[in-house]
Amino acid sequence: MATCTGCSLLCEDIEAELSGGKLSKVKNLCRKGHGHFQSAFSERTVPMIDGKKVDLDQAIARAAEILRSAKSPLLFGWSNSTLEAQNVGISLAEKLDATIDDTSSFCQGILMERILSGSIPTCTLDDVRNYADVSIFWGADPSSSHPRHLSRFSYYPRGDKRQKSYEEERTCMVVDVRMSATATLCKDYLFRVPPGGDAEFIEAILSVLEGKIPRLGDKKKMIELGGLLKKAEWGAIFPGLGMIYSLQDNMEVFERLIARLNEITTFKVIPMAGHFNMRGFNELLREKTGYINRVSFEGGAASHGPENSVVAAAKTCDAALVIGSDPLSSLPFGTARALARLPLIAIDPRRSLTTDAAGVVIPAAISGLEAGGTAVRMDGVKIKFEPIIKADLPADEQILSRIMEAI
Amino acid sequence: MVGAMEIYMLLPKTNCKKCGLPTCMAFAVGLLGREKKIDECTPLIEEKKYEAKLKKLREVIAPLENASETGLIIHPEKCFGCGNCVVACPVNVAADPTHCGVGLGPESDKVILKVEDGVVVSNNLQECRRFGPNKILCNACTATCPSKAIEFV
Repeated sequence: MATCTGCSLLCEDIEAELSGGKLSKVKNLCRKGHGHFQSAFSERTVPMIDGKKVDLDQAIARAAEILRSAKSPLLFGWSNSTLEAQNVGISLAEKLDATIDDTSSFCQGILMERILSGSIPTCTLDDVRNYADVSIFWGADPSSSHPRHLSRFSYYPRGDKRQKSYEEERTCMVVDVRMSATATLCKDYLFRVPPGGDAEFIEAILSVLEGKIPRLGDKKKMIELGGLLKKAEWGAIFPGLGMIYSLQDNMEVFERLIARLNEITTFKVIPMAGHFNMRGFNELLREKTGYINRVSFEGGAASHGPENSVVAAAKTCDAALVIGSDPLSSLPFGTARALARLPLIAIDPRRSLTTDAAGVVIPAAISGLEAGGTAVRMDGVKIKFEPIIKADLPADEQILSRIMEAI
Repeated sequence: MVGAMEIYMLLPKTNCKKCGLPTCMAFAVGLLGREKKIDECTPLIEEKKYEAKLKKLREVIAPLENASETGLIIHPEKCFGCGNCVVACPVNVAADPTHCGVGLGPESDKVILKVEDGVVVSNNLQECRRFGPNKILCNACTATCPSKAIEFV
C-alpha cells in the first residue's frame, strides 16, 4: 500500500504495481493523484547553477554559500515537504537568523491559527465519517481539489452512526459563488453568494438562527437553511479558499457563527488545506515558536508579523530558498518579480517557473513516491509513509541537512 | 445522451411494420434499448430520400455501440477518479463492506466499479442491478458522479 501526496487527504489505500521502475497500474488513485504520481516521469529537474548543469555536491555547496553570505534570507515553501524536512528547515532558519514562511501565509493560515489555538472546534475526518449528518463545503469544491473527500469521509461512506449514509442520513450543502462540480451533487442545497458576500451571508444565518427574518438573499431558502442547521445532530464545515479570501481579517464573524451553532448543536470545522503537509508545518512551527507562519528569527528571537510574510519579505530579503513550491507562478507579479531578482535557490523534484528562474536548482525525491516520511493530514492526523520507488535522488530532509552542515 | 424521441424523428415515421414492430416509435425505443438494429428498418436503408436521415441516425446511435450489457457508458476523459460511484454502488458495498462501505478502495474482486489509473472501470456487470430482463433502474453511480462521466443508455 502506498500513500498519495497529491493533496492533503493523504489516501493510504493506494495499490501500485511497478514494472521496470515505472508505475504500470495504480488502483484507487484519483485523477489528481494519478497526475501527481505520473509527473514523476517527466520534466524532472537536474542540479544546476546559473542555467548550467553541475553535480549535486556543487549545487548544495553553492546554495550554502548564498545563504551564508546573505544578511536576511527568506526560506519559503514547506507545504510539500515531510515533517522531518520541515523540522530541519526550521532549525536552518534559526541558524541563519532567517525569515521562514509557508504557503498558508496566503492560504488557510488565518483559519488554521484559530483551529490550532482551539478557538474554533475541530475534529478528525474519521469523526466526520462516523458521526456527521451535515457536511457543508464553503467556498470549496472538493470534487476538483480533493477528489476523494466526499467518497472517503464527508458524504458517501457508511460510518459507525451513519449506516444509511447519503441515502437517508447525510446532507451535503455547498456555499459557493458558482455551480461547482460538487454543487451538482447537491443542487437543492447550493447556497449561492456573490463574490465577497460571505460575511453578509453569515450575518443572515445568524439572524435566522435567532428566529428573525434575514435582510439578505432568498428569505425562504435562508429560513430553510436555518432549520436544517438547527436540526443537525453533528455537523461539519469545510471552509475553502473562497471563504478565507472573502472574509480576510473578518474571521471573527465566522467564529461567532460557529459559537452560536455550537450552542444549539455540535458543529466542527476542518479547513480544506491544499498542499499535503501544510498543516504539519503550521503545527511544527507553532510548537517551536508559538506562531504558525510568518516567523523571523532575526536577532535570535522569533518574531511574527505581516512583514515576515512571503509577499512582504520577498521585497526586503537578500536571498531566498524555495522548497517544494512555485511562488513565481502563484504569487502576484510584484512579489514574483522581486523573488526572481534575488539570488534564488529552488529545491524541487520537477521543473517550474521558479526553478527556471532560480540561480541554483537542487532536485529532490518526490515524497510518498521516492521518499518516505511523516505528514499531517488536513484534520491533524499524522500519517507515516514509505517510498514505493527506489530513486537515487536525496529527500528534502537530506538536502537541507547537507546545506546546514555546509554553512 | 440521445433519447427515443430524437431517434424517432430520424425514422421514416410511416409505421409500415416491416421491422416487425407496430410503430416507428416502438422501433426507436427498440434501437435505444439495443434490441433492434438500424438494418431492420428496410425503407430507411433502401429508399434514397432517407439517405440524410440514415447518415444522421448512424452518427446518433454510434455512442450506444460502446455501452456495456447493462447500458453503462463510461467517459474516461471526464472522470475525476473521485470514487463516489465506487462507494455509493449498493452492489459494491454488499460485496466489500469493510472497504467500499467505509469509503476505501475495494479489495474484493466481486465489485462492479473500481478506480484504476485515475479513472473508473467496470467489471462483473452481471452483478449490476440493471443486468438482465428483470432489471431495477438503479442510478446510484450516475447520480453521484460530479462530472457526468457515467451514463446509462
